[in-house]
Amino acid sequence: MKKDIILAGVGGQGILSIATVIGVAAVNLGLHLKQAEVHGMSQRGGDVQSHLRLSDKEVMSDLIPFGKADMIISVEPMESLRYLPYLSKEGWIIANSKPFINFSNYPPIENVINEIKAQHHNVVLDADKIARESGSLRSANMVILGAASPFLDIAFENLEESIRFIFGKKGEDIVNVNLKALNAGRDFAVDVVK
Amino acid sequence: MQKLVLLGDEAIAQAAIDAGISGIYAYPGTPSTEITEYVQHSKEAKQKGIRSNWSSNEKTAYESALGMSYTGKRTMVCMKHVGLNVAADAFVNSAITGANGGMIVVAADDPSMHSSQNEQDSRILSKFAFIPVLEPVNQQEAYDMVHYGFDISEKYKIPVMLRITTRLAHSRAGVQRKDSREQNEISLPKNLTQFVLLPAIARKQYKVLLEKQVPLEAESETSGFNKYFEGENKKLGIIASGIGYNYLMENYVDSKCSHPVLKISQYPLPHKLIQKIAKECDELLILEEGFPLIEEMLKGYLNVGLKIQGRLSGEVPRDGELNPNIVARSLGLTDTIGNPIPSLVTPRPPSLCAGCPHIDSYLDLNAVLAEYTPGRVFADIGCYTLGALPPYNSVNSCVDMGASITMAKGASDAGLRPAVAVIGDSTFTHSGITGLLDCVNDKTPVTIFILDNATTGMTGGQTSAAMGRLEDIVKGLGVEEEHINILNPMRRYHEENMKVIQDELNYEGVSVIIPRRECIQTIGKHKKEAKAKEEAK
Repeated sequence: MKKDIILAGVGGQGILSIATVIGVAAVNLGLHLKQAEVHGMSQRGGDVQSHLRLSDKEVMSDLIPFGKADMIISVEPMESLRYLPYLSKEGWIIANSKPFINFSNYPPIENVINEIKAQHHNVVLDADKIARESGSLRSANMVILGAASPFLDIAFENLEESIRFIFGKKGEDIVNVNLKALNAGRDFAVDVVK
Repeated sequence: MQKLVLLGDEAIAQAAIDAGISGIYAYPGTPSTEITEYVQHSKEAKQKGIRSNWSSNEKTAYESALGMSYTGKRTMVCMKHVGLNVAADAFVNSAITGANGGMIVVAADDPSMHSSQNEQDSRILSKFAFIPVLEPVNQQEAYDMVHYGFDISEKYKIPVMLRITTRLAHSRAGVQRKDSREQNEISLPKNLTQFVLLPAIARKQYKVLLEKQVPLEAESETSGFNKYFEGENKKLGIIASGIGYNYLMENYVDSKCSHPVLKISQYPLPHKLIQKIAKECDELLILEEGFPLIEEMLKGYLNVGLKIQGRLSGEVPRDGELNPNIVARSLGLTDTIGNPIPSLVTPRPPSLCAGCPHIDSYLDLNAVLAEYTPGRVFADIGCYTLGALPPYNSVNSCVDMGASITMAKGASDAGLRPAVAVIGDSTFTHSGITGLLDCVNDKTPVTIFILDNATTGMTGGQTSAAMGRLEDIVKGLGVEEEHINILNPMRRYHEENMKVIQDELNYEGVSVIIPRRECIQTIGKHKKEAKAKEEAK
């Protein structure tokens, strides 16, 4: 088993929580893992990415080679496209359709969405809307993770367990909101892929 | 023992705790910050009484660590690569004094300048100082090397450098812990003049340092961190140092590398191992994350020996960090790449946060300076450096910690009026105070903005050494009280602030303006903490 995942977004959007949930599940399954993050200057509203690598063999490079990523999971639509050179020909893009606009010349959103949909394997969803319906806008990142879950090669229950473990300290309500968001994201993706 | 998933930085911190340090010293700087933060937040470290507050700068940190080593206790000092420049005087001379208790200096380099003003390679400075280097390839090795580093530091009585780069510092992986060691008791150096670098003693001590290189090189041959892997295709031998080794091996996850490979993770370079690969192979390829240090050493100035490929000969790019694809290309292996980035994708550079006090400070300053020709604002290192970017375009320099005040002074000395400096509260206490003293002594006409957001913002909101004492420090240095102005950087005070700034720009002497409002990132955090405290009562 090998899964190389690019997590993308804008500084402060919570991509590292997605990495943590997958990471805990992977470690519990006894997989090897490396996860390179961006800290420092770029976190101030700049584009951020994380390379998450899971394997049943030892992982060598902290960075995924170009053209070898199995997935791009992005909490922001335009940011998903920034990492296309990393995506393999058979790879999946899972992207939020809700843009994060913190600069003046953001391209027309419909063009951005069309570019994502032009990629071979894609799931595009309004994670903000689905998250709000699930009880908290802040769990949009878990909706995205849910939408990515059918392609992760990690059992859904393991992800749920990992959410319980990570958010457990914050109380039952927070756990449930995140679980609900995760499920809603998964249901969306399963419908699309059918 | 317990297995943890840790950032490279965190693995180093956990190892330091486990290896029995009594104190850690540092000034925040990407990518080294998380080492000290981990110790500060560790319950275990607290129980063990490990000292971990931030120092004012890397030099004070380094010297404090050296003082702890003097007493016989183990210590770690951490900094980013350019921080080592600040600590360089202490660093170079500490090799000559030698250590007593184990001492590790972590230098976190930032090739490709993700969050830095240059990509200098700390291995060069360590070679200059004759200090041994450990350069881990992964988080586990980083953990193990801290234990080993303290061993050799105490055995050979010398500080040891642990050199890491951004991708190791900020990447997580599983780490297996070792048994904890007790801290050392106080035991002063046997020779109480060891640390007295009077010329007569320094000459002796320097010879001792040179002699230590022999056993240190023997350690490099035998410790196991430098490792020779046999290969039948001897047309090319590969020397890969640090995480360059990972990028090499990434190209051989599904096959075996047919070339002999020498992994380098410890310096001084192991002569015998290098000679072995040079003798066996027709050509060498050198993969280094950083400067072409090994390549240059092996090649020499005349380059008349073995053909050596690398950053100098062009097979590997001369600058920037490595990655698996660069290594693949240098080996002539098939390169891989996905689809190109669509042209509509726009750069999204970092920017000042919405609600950041620096925005208002720059809007105030820009409005007043609009009447003058541009190019008179010398800035410094921190979030406010982002004021150089549109839409503010407010500042004209960013060189090194503290350079704003002194560069404004030099420009003013040359006749530039007005000359303005912009520096953050934490950068001011790091390296701005002495520059301000120069200005006061010369009565230099400069207007110095100390942007007081009550934190070290860029690195994530660490405590600022100036907290609540800025005016006192400035006054103590001799700035006249009527030329110390506190502003509230908010839109509704814009006109008022402009008037103060204009008056001070006209003043032919040292003037300090302190726009004061807490960082928008930490204010929320502090409110939450205060609320939690209130509820706990």
